[in-house]
Amino acid sequence: MNLTSKAPEGPLAEKWDKHKFNVKLVNPANKRKYDVIVVGTGLAGASAAASLAELGYNVKAFTYHDSPRRAHSIAAQGGVNAAKNYQNDGDSVFRLFYDTIKGGDYRAREANVYRLAQVSVNIIDQCVAQGVPFAREYGGLLANRSFGGAQVSRTFYARGQTGQQLLLGAYSALSRQVAYGKVKLYTRSELLDIVVVDGQARGIVTRNLITGETQTHAAHAVVLATGGYGNVFYLSTNAKYCNVTAAWRAHKKGAYFANPCFTQIHPTCIPVSGDYQSKLTLMSESLRNDGRVWVPKTVEMAERVRKGEIKPQDIQEDDRDYFLERKYPAFGNLVPRDVASRNAKMMCDEGRGVGSSGLAVYLDFADVIKRTSAEAVSQKYGNLFEMYEKITDENPYQMPMRIYPAVHYTMGGLWVDYNLQTTIPGLYAAGECNFSDHGANRLGASALMQGLADGYFVIPYTIGDYLAQTAPKPVTTDHPAFAEAKAGVQARVEQMLAIKGNKTPDEFHKELGHIMWEYCGMARNAEGLKHAKAEIQRIRKEFWQNVKVVGSGEEMNQALEKAGRVADFLELGELMVDDALNRNESCGGHFREEYQTPEGEALRDDDHYAYVAAWEYTADNQPEVLHKEELVFENVKLTQRSYK
Amino acid sequence: MAGSNPNAKPMNLTLKVWRQPNRQTEGQMVDYQVKDISPDMSFLEMLDVLNEDLLHQGQDPVAFDHDCREGICGSCDLFINGRSHGPEKGTTTCQLHMRKFSDGDTITIEPWRANAFPVNKDLSVDRSAFDRIIQAGGYVSVNTGGAPDGNEIPIPKDIADRAFEAATCIGCGACVAACKNASAMLFVSAKVSQLALLPQGQVERQTRVENMVAQMDIEGFGACSNIGSCAAECPVGISLENIAILNREFLTAKAASNNLA
Amino acid sequence: MNWFTKTFTSSIGRKIIMSLTGLFLCTFLVVHLIGNLQLFKHDDGVAFNTYSHFMGTNPVIRTIEWGLVLGFGFHIYEALMLTMRNKGARSHGYAQWQAKQNSEWTSRNMGILGSIILVFLIVHLYNFFWRARFGTLDADINHNDDLYKVVVTSFHQWWYVVLYVAAQASLGYHLWHGFRSGFQTLGLNHRKYMPLIKNFGYAFAVIVSAGFASMPLYFLFFTNENGALLTSAPAVLHQLALAFN
Repeated sequence: MNLTSKAPEGPLAEKWDKHKFNVKLVNPANKRKYDVIVVGTGLAGASAAASLAELGYNVKAFTYHDSPRRAHSIAAQGGVNAAKNYQNDGDSVFRLFYDTIKGGDYRAREANVYRLAQVSVNIIDQCVAQGVPFAREYGGLLANRSFGGAQVSRTFYARGQTGQQLLLGAYSALSRQVAYGKVKLYTRSELLDIVVVDGQARGIVTRNLITGETQTHAAHAVVLATGGYGNVFYLSTNAKYCNVTAAWRAHKKGAYFANPCFTQIHPTCIPVSGDYQSKLTLMSESLRNDGRVWVPKTVEMAERVRKGEIKPQDIQEDDRDYFLERKYPAFGNLVPRDVASRNAKMMCDEGRGVGSSGLAVYLDFADVIKRTSAEAVSQKYGNLFEMYEKITDENPYQMPMRIYPAVHYTMGGLWVDYNLQTTIPGLYAAGECNFSDHGANRLGASALMQGLADGYFVIPYTIGDYLAQTAPKPVTTDHPAFAEAKAGVQARVEQMLAIKGNKTPDEFHKELGHIMWEYCGMARNAEGLKHAKAEIQRIRKEFWQNVKVVGSGEEMNQALEKAGRVADFLELGELMVDDALNRNESCGGHFREEYQTPEGEALRDDDHYAYVAAWEYTADNQPEVLHKEELVFENVKLTQRSYK
Repeated sequence: MAGSNPNAKPMNLTLKVWRQPNRQTEGQMVDYQVKDISPDMSFLEMLDVLNEDLLHQGQDPVAFDHDCREGICGSCDLFINGRSHGPEKGTTTCQLHMRKFSDGDTITIEPWRANAFPVNKDLSVDRSAFDRIIQAGGYVSVNTGGAPDGNEIPIPKDIADRAFEAATCIGCGACVAACKNASAMLFVSAKVSQLALLPQGQVERQTRVENMVAQMDIEGFGACSNIGSCAAECPVGISLENIAILNREFLTAKAASNNLA
Repeated sequence: MNWFTKTFTSSIGRKIIMSLTGLFLCTFLVVHLIGNLQLFKHDDGVAFNTYSHFMGTNPVIRTIEWGLVLGFGFHIYEALMLTMRNKGARSHGYAQWQAKQNSEWTSRNMGILGSIILVFLIVHLYNFFWRARFGTLDADINHNDDLYKVVVTSFHQWWYVVLYVAAQASLGYHLWHGFRSGFQTLGLNHRKYMPLIKNFGYAFAVIVSAGFASMPLYFLFFTNENGALLTSAPAVLHQLALAFN
């Protein structure tokens, strides 16, 4: 079956305005008769909940955190893109659109991306009006910086804490609606199922994480803004609680899952230091502007470094391999994220990695310190150097940093049409949990932009179109589908508690993460993927026989929460592998070793794979069914990337 | 397997941990031993080790709040050896590393203590009082859409910077936990001064501070004695100057606002 | 409650009363200290008695005196109210508490310091104020009440000197924190002026407490029971032996 995006016809620049005019509206007096559930209170969720409440809808907002302010959007450092052209450097909506489509390696939907670029300017205005303290120039106007994948300065920022400030802005808007009584906030409530009545999303089942109570909630429509699934790899830059459960439950209730194998690996993370490692920390991409990436030339020397026999600063210039500068003389250390990541992995695979685990390369600032001064470097990167030292106990002014790539964003997610509606009518997906705007690779500073665009400026319009066609009758949880879904959730909890096995949820999660990282990570091949598929099936089977959770479901039980999330990751992981196996090309974050140019770059196959792969769940342990949404490019020309 | 320092010796530690099954039941301190702790572990990773051990022994793992583990979400909230977030200055618990401790140490781990922060279980506390204070007025009332251009109102850079410094509060509650009076003044003042400094915050300046302070009092936080523990223990360095701004804002609002209630 | 009572029963409102009364009491300390410096004049207490007569009879002073009573009253009342509120904010304490790592001892113990000062105040008021105002004292050569004699006698009792000096130490610590704290509570914290206010407060605390403490010490160590200056070491020792008998 081919999926259609429902993007309006007509010239690209007019699509959104035309669509806004054509969508049905809900009469202002009727809006209060509609209830909307928003799950997740990060950038997309909080902004959607606040905006919908401002319009007059009754909103119930859910988060598993103790407060909406803790959502992982808060950890985004760099900034948020917007086509304001405040710098007079030739930026425009079309240029932001073009950069995003190209950066995504031509695997995103043109109409969505253009709309994203259009509303980006409104995001900045909205956030400034909320009191978000963006960086400013001495003249008092907004400052910009440049980011990867763009030749203009269009990134707005608040030091290294842009995500935090934007989230606190959305959180404040949400809090205001809570005070007005238009949003009812449910904290520490985790979604465990979607309730579908007569083919339409009508509610959710949640578990109160403090009391363990299972609750059902009804509404006329449900919005999922539940983030990405990077934690399927166990180690990632995602927060510990980040999970796929909400999206996966929706998927199992009929929402298609699109491009699950598109994951982004960030090249500059602090490497793993031991088996106990629980998560990875990102070092800003900007470090590659001044740092030089290298490994020892020979395996023998690398071995001595790993054993601590020689220090990196004592290795002679001739014994170092600045591999990015060697292989990509034109771009050098500034090649895109995927290229930098893959090459670091290659060096470590050759046995030339450093650090006691051998899974790291050096990012060296000695040259820039010599050229300028330690002080100048500190002005630019002081806080990052400090954070690095805090974590590793090494002083990057004196010895090179050790970095290694890590998972930090997932472009794939629930398939949505132009209205951000999933294949379940009445169920919407916003932010990282949908697949819509980044194609096979996301540009820096675009995640915040997409989350807020979806929440503030897209969902509030498009959901009205659906609600206008729904009778404004009160909804209740009386329908048997609610009781059934609730019973299903409780049964699953009981099942996990009853196993009383020998392995903890974390142990299963680590095992899965290891498989995913090895075989479905930075570089994939058919053989490895097939092996991974079998392994994941084995681990999943073992999980349901041998997982160990103590206590009960009627109390705060963090191991039980974890077990539920791991169980869903164990199903998602297999789908990611299937998707990666299906896509016989390399594009963006998806690098299939069989498909590369003679120079070792990603080789796309636009004739056969210029589509969105949307997967339909059929039954447990059964292959999922592939549906394709063909991507049509009318406004950009597809080209091959080269960074030589 | 230590990453940075292959010679770092693993440590054995005694933990004294507050265990409390739920809000209604009284808790107690319980002693645990953890072995082979790498100095490169974060404090929370050390607790992960303890919890995996407990789970394997069929015991209930220790509940604690955490999420981003990079010092920004404000979830983690442990009172370690008598101090909010432990001994290292300007650091959240998740960014505290075990190399700050020594082999054989006894470490006391307690939840934030304040009546406004009831214990959920073990080391996890309910900080929704902070949310209710923000709901009382910690926002600019601007609906989505219709905002003027972002560059319409220039803001002097030093004012924007000061507003930013106040805005960096992560809402962890370390200030309340460290304060002898369990006062939330540093938290409240950070939001009040951020918005009082910015032109966007002027319209609701008076009602905001009146309502937020009223809510703060309703929640049962103590008053400020200008002791300074809050700012000293704040992981993001929110300054005491903000409390002075809050006091000033409160006094002038009460004196000048048209609110008779 | 109307807006006024709401304001001054709120946590910040109570603190504002604390700081206003506290800073007002600081001005009283200055006047009191300067006046008491008359004790050091070697005139058998004539100047001091003239001064105390003026303070006890001048209608303006007598009016301000009521302000002083209110100042003390509110300062103490609000201290009690705030302490109760603050104690009630944390009914379950910590097993381990390392506040010394993040704050000064004085700022955490204003209540204890204040209580010591209060005890002193009661003794002090009874001994000097009460007797001067309501008791019958001998007259000096100007027919003023000879309060000076009472002072000299008191300051030759060792326990009274000890209490007096301990109270002044408490006052010093109380002011060490209280002076700048008063400004902070009123919102008078500006990065340009705060260092000045702080240092002035520290100096104020030291000078005022040392100034008051110097009086009993001076009389105990360096004068005889009539207030005459002792000029030799054996005389001082003899005097001390009397005081401790």
